[in-house]
Amino acid sequence: MTTSPSDLAVVGAGPAGLAAAVAAAGLGLSVILLDAGERPGGQYYRHPAPGLGATRPEALHHGWSAFASREAALRAHVSAGRITYLPHHHVWTVTPDSGESPGWTLHAVAGPDEDPATVRARAVLLATGAYERQLPFPGWTLPGVVGAGGAQAMLKGGLVLPGSRVVVAGSGPLLLAVAGSLAAAGARVPAVVEAAAYTGYAAHAPALLRNPGKLVEGATYGGALVRHGVRLLTRHAVTEAHGTDRVEAVTVARLDRDWRPVPGTARRIPCDAVAVGHGLVPQLELATGLGCATRPSPDATVALEVDAGQRTSVPGVWSAGETGGIGGAQLALVEGEIAAHSVAGRPVPARLARTRTRLRAFAAAMAGAHRPGPGWTGWLREDTDVCRCEEVPAGRIREAVEDLGARDARTVKLLTRAGMGWCQGRMCGPAVAALAGTDPAPDRRPLSCPVPLRHLAALPAEPPAALSPELP
Amino acid sequence: MSEAMRGRRRSPRDLVGGTAAESWSLRFDDRELPAQSGQSIAAVLWSAGILAWRTTRETAAPRGAFCGIGSCYDCLVTVNGRPNQRACLVPARPGDHVTTQEGTGHDDLAV
Ligand SMILES: Cc1cc2nc3c(=O)[nH]c(=O)nc-3n(C[C@H](O)[C@H](O)[C@H](O)COP(=O)(O)OP(=O)(O)OC[C@H]3O[C@@H](n4cnc5c(N)ncnc54)[C@H](O)[C@@H]3O)c2cc1C
Ligand code: FES
Repeated sequence: MTTSPSDLAVVGAGPAGLAAAVAAAGLGLSVILLDAGERPGGQYYRHPAPGLGATRPEALHHGWSAFASREAALRAHVSAGRITYLPHHHVWTVTPDSGESPGWTLHAVAGPDEDPATVRARAVLLATGAYERQLPFPGWTLPGVVGAGGAQAMLKGGLVLPGSRVVVAGSGPLLLAVAGSLAAAGARVPAVVEAAAYTGYAAHAPALLRNPGKLVEGATYGGALVRHGVRLLTRHAVTEAHGTDRVEAVTVARLDRDWRPVPGTARRIPCDAVAVGHGLVPQLELATGLGCATRPSPDATVALEVDAGQRTSVPGVWSAGETGGIGGAQLALVEGEIAAHSVAGRPVPARLARTRTRLRAFAAAMAGAHRPGPGWTGWLREDTDVCRCEEVPAGRIREAVEDLGARDARTVKLLTRAGMGWCQGRMCGPAVAALAGTDPAPDRRPLSCPVPLRHLAALPAEPPAALSPELP
Repeated sequence: MSEAMRGRRRSPRDLVGGTAAESWSLRFDDRELPAQSGQSIAAVLWSAGILAWRTTRETAAPRGAFCGIGSCYDCLVTVNGRPNQRACLVPARPGDHVTTQEGTGHDDLAV
């Protein structure tokens, strides 16, 4: 396909990418918007497909109008030919163009038949969002144990619940939203089990007080939980899930300041599902493949380094939303608009800049409060699978670290296969890094999704930088 | 609460209102499962109370959807003979035949 390059290619149609595409088209740029999913909205504005006939999809969301107005604008820009919207396109690598006209080629796998697709653009905006952080515990591979965000995604997109009595556990503000949705949709939620102490927020009173909207949102969730009879247990964790073919109960224990389970505090809660998650991890493989600089975040994840105009360290590549640090849908919308102005060479409106600063401060306060304590590994047993794909138990990882001298996740991976399976370490990465005693390294995966070999074979002779072999 | 008085809990459907455009059934191994246009294969299975549809390569442990968004690959399934499809991403279509997947999904190729 040799079409002339667009001004801007946006990867991801979540709040950040959608807001960016619409704003950029409004500023006169020609835009291509690619998304792996079927409908715009990303993780936050995930909603049932039209065939499901929901008349009130907004019942599962806060701030639906912010999405509805941008979706309407997207449709208008698509009709007018200003935006090319490509749903069901999973971008697996981005390569710089050589030659006179500097720009980028994006390679995607398209549609159910996994057809190859390439598009070209002068600038790229990476708005690929995040996935959930998981900390393993005995029994977490039992059917019925699902991601908290995953349960939310399945409910918002497919109108289904994993069970009728669901314990929500882990850490972070998403748990309250998930518990509220599950309860509103008819599940019984006996408890929300939060590993952090909300007193962690007190240290950040100024950031909280400058965000009254966020406090109201929290209070709304709180109120809904009380109405549905949901108990909030802070400084507690699910330390084991019980069952044979599926989960039947969980053990919940109190944690000390370092998240170590306190002996003698365990109790059992019967349930038929567990929705668990410990916050989110920015999804960076396309960006790190291009060499974009990263920074550690206060929640012990790694995010992209961006400037006030959402530029990454690589000229011509921008980022917005959770790729630049976990911060919520509202921040993602604002950053998308900032990026659009910056790509178009316009000054960033002061209002947007101020809102970004305020919401980022709030995000940092929350991230610090929910950062996993080092003692969580105390609830692992030697035979607890840490890597779900390759079924590598904690004991083998500890052996690699203690007996074989592995000092980082990469060496552990080579010695044990943890992180070498289908998910490429997305599920076990943070846990393996913790067991190896290091901070998590930025996402490095040569391909961001499975790519049929015939697409690789069809690439030009020069291998893209992202595919060149890397030494451990 | 009126649902409670009628002896029924709220459902996700009650929350968002409306009715599905079309319902049909999907074949899962030897069973027929009710499906609605617009649901992913994982959503159809969850609606039927099925949470596991794959066994792992090493220990043959049961697995189903975990992350719900296409990043964990725990929900792999064979759809119309094509193995290793992520059930949480693939929309269910009338006439689909979904089969449990064992191991790598390529057992037929084993020598
Ligand atoms: C499973 C899950 C559930 C969540 N539920 C809630 C919730 O209920 N409430 C809440 O407040 N927050 C929730 N969040 C947090 C929420 O994701 C963010 O606050 C917000 O959506 C961030 O917006 P974003 O645009 O940065 O990223 P996202 O909304 O994550 O959007 C990223 C988009 O990029 C696409 N994408 C990623 N990689 C590629 C690629 N390589 N090629 C093409 N497309 C790609 C994805 O399909 C997605 O549409 C959830 C997060 C997750 C992971
Ligand atoms: S449930 Fe994780 S990939 Fe489908």
